[in-house]
Amino acid sequence: MTIQTYLLLSAIVFILGVIGVLTRRNAIIVFMSIELMLNSVNLSLVAFSAYLGDARGQMLVFFVMTVAAAEAAVGLAVIIALFRNKQTVNLDEINILKW
Amino acid sequence: MDLFTIIFYAFALLALGAGSVVVFSKNIVHAAFALLFAFFAVAGLYVLLMADFLAITQLLIYVGGILVLVIFGVMLTNTVISVDVKTGTVQSMPAVLLSAALAGMLVGMFWSTDWKVTTQQTLPEATGNELGTMLLTSYVLPFEIASVVLLVALVGAAMIARREKKA
Repeated sequence: MTIQTYLLLSAIVFILGVIGVLTRRNAIIVFMSIELMLNSVNLSLVAFSAYLGDARGQMLVFFVMTVAAAEAAVGLAVIIALFRNKQTVNLDEINILKW
Repeated sequence: MDLFTIIFYAFALLALGAGSVVVFSKNIVHAAFALLFAFFAVAGLYVLLMADFLAITQLLIYVGGILVLVIFGVMLTNTVISVDVKTGTVQSMPAVLLSAALAGMLVGMFWSTDWKVTTQQTLPEATGNELGTMLLTSYVLPFEIASVVLLVALVGAAMIARREKKA
């Protein structure tokens, strides 16, 4: 098992997340895709940490997880506030900045 | 093919399959539960990469925390009575082109780079000790900042999601 295998897996999962963010209409699915992308980056960081024999990569994963948790809380709060105001979470219907 | 390789491919397939369901499923509830399996597969890969403490943290934070939040979000933003849990996609063609370009770039970069992989230096059997030491010595400032970030995020989330009083 080489480091390239892990990086390839991480890249594919990241691309899946990108596709989700770009194509899905539902804000919650977009949100889940972002979590998927964060996870794929974490996976590549852990792979680097293991193959370079350096624990600092795992340290970075901790901080990514912290930011992901903060992002989850704030992001869902924003989605709920949006739903309360617009009665929808479809991103193409939330266009009050467009004129 | 040894056991290690088989387990790696099992977790990799689980991660890819669950990730595809998250991204392509029409049903939000299915997507949320597929995300559980994706997180679980990544935790399994952490174990294979000798990151024992991170694997447990992954299960606790992602599966125990973030996923519950996501399911709450699904519950609160989809009217249960009208069964409006299905959603569509937009802009498929530009998205596919952009993703293909990004995929080509990433994969090409990963394959062409000569990673300086070392075999002499290896991580200890249990990484918890070393991570804890680093967290309280050279990474103590990011650690404290992360705690403040979490506090601010929690207060902000509560403030944003709260129903505004009629003044």
